[in-house]
Amino acid sequence: MAAIYNLYIINKSGGLIFYKDYGSAGRMDTNDSLRVASLWHSMHAISQQLSPVLGCAGIDLLEADNFDLHCFQSLTGTKFFVVCEPGTLHMENLLKYMYELYTDYVLKNPFYEMEMPIRCELFEISLSQAIQKDRVALLGR
Amino acid sequence: MIGASKIKQYSNVLEKPLSKGKQEVSLSAFAFLFSELVQYNQTQVDNIAELERRLEDAGYAVGARCLELLCHREKCVMFMPFWLSQGNRRETRLLGILSFVHSTVWKVLFGKVADSLEKGTEHEDEYMISEKELLVNRFISIPKDMGTFNCGAFVAGIVRGVLDSAGFPAVVTAHFVPMEGQQRPRTTILIKFAEEVLRREARLG
Repeated sequence: MAAIYNLYIINKSGGLIFYKDYGSAGRMDTNDSLRVASLWHSMHAISQQLSPVLGCAGIDLLEADNFDLHCFQSLTGTKFFVVCEPGTLHMENLLKYMYELYTDYVLKNPFYEMEMPIRCELFEISLSQAIQKDRVALLGR
Repeated sequence: MIGASKIKQYSNVLEKPLSKGKQEVSLSAFAFLFSELVQYNQTQVDNIAELERRLEDAGYAVGARCLELLCHREKCVMFMPFWLSQGNRRETRLLGILSFVHSTVWKVLFGKVADSLEKGTEHEDEYMISEKELLVNRFISIPKDMGTFNCGAFVAGIVRGVLDSAGFPAVVTAHFVPMEGQQRPRTTILIKFAEEVLRREARLG
């Protein structure tokens, strides 16, 4: 079963608001994760300008030797991306599901300030449950 | 125009009959509205106790109106001209009003009856309505630094409004009760009736 290394959510200005790693392979300390987040934000923005195709919305998938990086950008500019083993399937569905969880448990929470780091218990619990289920059966959404 | 039906136009909104009401309302819409209510009240207060009191007061207004509406609607279902002798009677007994809140009010507001209704073991005047997870709390995660604050205070206010308007003054509060083996605590609405209610109940036998 292909593995997920880590999950990131970055706000529209490129700041990291949520980071979760799974397993020792993807573990990163706080500074590194912040650096990756802002790096990805810039690369995503630059790719929109560099693209030879008109109307490009940014990078969806980055494939490297040791990992794949799938990215989903919402209409508001919030980016959800996951770093996983090469060849992992259904990551786009996972990202879309994560977006649903974000709109439910983060945006409907009166104690959450917009663009701030996410500290919502319910969001983290449901996300762990989704990842667990993903390990057992592929998300067929 | 062919086929145009005559809809009676009311010149004054007060003359329009009360409708049956929508059976379903968008949960997301309510969640956002409730979230805004909490955030607005947060800006107006200095401490958590004050916030809880404000939410309860907001609920109280809802509860009072809810009782009036439910009494009116239940009467109208009959559609009989002799509704003076038919239809629902006003609840005068403690258990009657409690099961009214536990079943009818909960069904209308949250789409299901409450999980359980219990009598308190320590005090004579305490009753508890429990729910695995209150609908208003469904998407809310309380930050650690807010301690025991519960947005269910709004629901506690609704219950207080219903009881007060029905003639059973009480102090109603919402509490989280941690459950073994469950990640999320259960919510309990604790109802503590006033002295006069218990005296009247004892007199009625």
